[in-house]
Amino acid sequence: MTVEGSTGNGRASGDSLVVVKDLRKYYPIQSGILRRKIGDVRAVDDVSFDIKKGEILGLVGESGCGKSTLGRTLLRLLPPTGGEAYLDGQSIFEQNGRGLKDLRRRMQIIFQDPVGSLNPRMPISDIIGEGLLAQADKENGWGNRKTRDDRVGEYLEVVGLRRDYARRYPHEFSGGQRQRIGIARALALAPEFIVCDEPVSALDVSIQSQILNLLIDLRREFGLTYLFIAHNLSVVQYLSDRVAVMYLGKVVEMAPVERLYDDPRHPYTVALLSAVPEPDPRLRKQRIVLKGDVPSPANPPSGCRFRTRCWLYEQLGRPENCVEEEPPLRELAPGQLAACHWAEKINPDSIRQAARTEGISAGTPGQQRAAEEAEEASMVSDSPLDKPVADENAVPRA
Amino acid sequence: MTTTLERPSASPERPADLLLSVHDLRTYFHVMDGTVKAVDGVNFSIRRGETLGIVGESGCGKSVTALTIMRLLDMPPAEIPTGSILFEDRDLLTLPDNEMRKIRGNEIAMIFQEPMTSLNPVFTIGHQISEAVRQHLKVSKKEAVDRAIESLRLVGISFPERRVKQYPHEMSGGMRQRVMIAMALSCEPKLLIADEPTTALDVTIQAQILELIKRIQADTGTALMLITHDLGVVAEMVHDVVVMYAGRVVEEGTVDEVLLQPKHPYTEGLLSSIPSKGLRGSRLNVIKGTVPNPFNMPVGCNFQPRCPYAFEPCPEHDPRIEEGGGPPVACWLWKRAPGHDIPQGLHDAQVAAARQAAAAKAGGVSGAVPTELRGEEIAS
Repeated sequence: MTVEGSTGNGRASGDSLVVVKDLRKYYPIQSGILRRKIGDVRAVDDVSFDIKKGEILGLVGESGCGKSTLGRTLLRLLPPTGGEAYLDGQSIFEQNGRGLKDLRRRMQIIFQDPVGSLNPRMPISDIIGEGLLAQADKENGWGNRKTRDDRVGEYLEVVGLRRDYARRYPHEFSGGQRQRIGIARALALAPEFIVCDEPVSALDVSIQSQILNLLIDLRREFGLTYLFIAHNLSVVQYLSDRVAVMYLGKVVEMAPVERLYDDPRHPYTVALLSAVPEPDPRLRKQRIVLKGDVPSPANPPSGCRFRTRCWLYEQLGRPENCVEEEPPLRELAPGQLAACHWAEKINPDSIRQAARTEGISAGTPGQQRAAEEAEEASMVSDSPLDKPVADENAVPRA
Repeated sequence: MTTTLERPSASPERPADLLLSVHDLRTYFHVMDGTVKAVDGVNFSIRRGETLGIVGESGCGKSVTALTIMRLLDMPPAEIPTGSILFEDRDLLTLPDNEMRKIRGNEIAMIFQEPMTSLNPVFTIGHQISEAVRQHLKVSKKEAVDRAIESLRLVGISFPERRVKQYPHEMSGGMRQRVMIAMALSCEPKLLIADEPTTALDVTIQAQILELIKRIQADTGTALMLITHDLGVVAEMVHDVVVMYAGRVVEEGTVDEVLLQPKHPYTEGLLSSIPSKGLRGSRLNVIKGTVPNPFNMPVGCNFQPRCPYAFEPCPEHDPRIEEGGGPPVACWLWKRAPGHDIPQGLHDAQVAAARQAAAAKAGGVSGAVPTELRGEEIAS
């Protein structure tokens, strides 16, 4: 676990490259002409994890669960509200000036939107070279145009593009090519850690597989460590070594990839996995259809945040501790952590039973009531933020 | 055009329950740089109550097909040089505008991909649904609103009486898509066209919407034309599938035939490039190159520049699916090309050799992968 690794002087234990401890990111809700703060949107709330050197940690969750905010806060693209984070033992949040600049070179990000993340007025050589110029010093010589252009060309080839594309502008490229440019931009600075924020969500299936292959090749070639953020569970399963599932700002389950997909221990993970349509008509699965929408992160439910949509909560007759006590992440199997009081009650029978009560208006009367109560609550509140938040990145392929 | 004999013969034995049949449909766009053949000779049909899936990647012409059926394209720049769209016994392409307006939204309704932008932000959703109802049915304002409330209830929105007074921005994406569906269903259409109805939604919300569409279809007997790029959604929802590539139908069949035994190299490539559990640790299949430039389509088979199995006839002759018999796949591997008297069995050898080559190429999983393999995109 993360705890022992991040105490004291902040040196990471063992082979962890990235250590995150109790990371919080709240957005203030302001109201009135004085912009007084009336509350917080708890986008990321006490999240802890670590990533080993060379590992790919997948981070899945629905729109608005805080996964992108987590990635950006970790890279200090957004100021954190609280918590600690370390890259190779160095505190990410305590660095300033020169130290921060050096950190920025070592951690990079690949964005989702291959159109919006490239400046249309810049040629590719400047788009990739901008970071090099910012990080230029005597040693690397990136201040020199010629050296910089050489490096840009080199990395264009690394991502499978031609060297002479450096003179072109973003609009001359297809979506897949633009995503390769985004990858080249991240790689050119020789980072150790890359946050991939939905890098393939905007791409077609056949292009998506090209980019996934590329990311895997690059990890091997450059010894990279990824935090791979995605909402597509199949992609995460294919790529990741370990997976963390987020719901409403919290990690609800974290496990090695095989364990998470074969034997999920949180009711949300179970429902999420059952909702993925498989391209095999023989596998029309028993689905657990969750009721309603994700509640507002400004006003999360008490106790377990998932209980308003939880099938297990209903099945067990709405146990009190789900309402009163927030379930901690606890280890249920080697390396598998889940935040559910009743994780032991999940078994094939209970899942089958939950899937049988599927349907829109079907479902238990209690479940129906819970969903309506939640909806009622979201309807009467008049705060503009007090309703399900759509992820700013939720713009899948057109 | 009135005889049933001229219709595509996807189901010749049951012409009576044929609801929509599209025959040799072409939609071209004349723009400054030339002509884009967005839809280039497409045939398919939908029976009453049935679900047809139209699958393809961005730019393959699937949405334009839907918009052509709804006659929602501006002409010009769009032009429909040939084709017929028989809905029951009317050809939608020759109907006068006022007749078409009676069908659109009433007998054929459409759900769009973007629940954010397909609702008008300045009107309440009750207003927007009842507007559609009043357009098509002779009812009072009050009755129209009641009908709106009823259809919101049908799609599983609680407190519909209060929801009708709300504006689109007060709702989440999933709820807006439900409103779109409610609006589409308010006039009890015979055919519902859903253009990527769940692409913008999260997977748990997608599950809700798919269940909802399925249930409504079972209740009302509406036929569904489901346009999607997600083969998982197709497997879940449809009976028959049409696979489109660059404006043409490349393969058709039942969902089991197409997804379990794909015939066309494109379908095969598409299916094997989906990451899945069994593929962990191996390289994903890649369809080399990119979709052809719409202004400069390849001659012959338009998939041939990307096809691992391409052989002599492919760059010369266009292997279209013939109407009324012939294999349901547009590929010379499955039929005899004109002037190419290829002995039976050669095709299999061709495919086997190509597969072997592909496997050898993908073999470098454990070792370092040569850079040229990464350059899977053809320089444009």
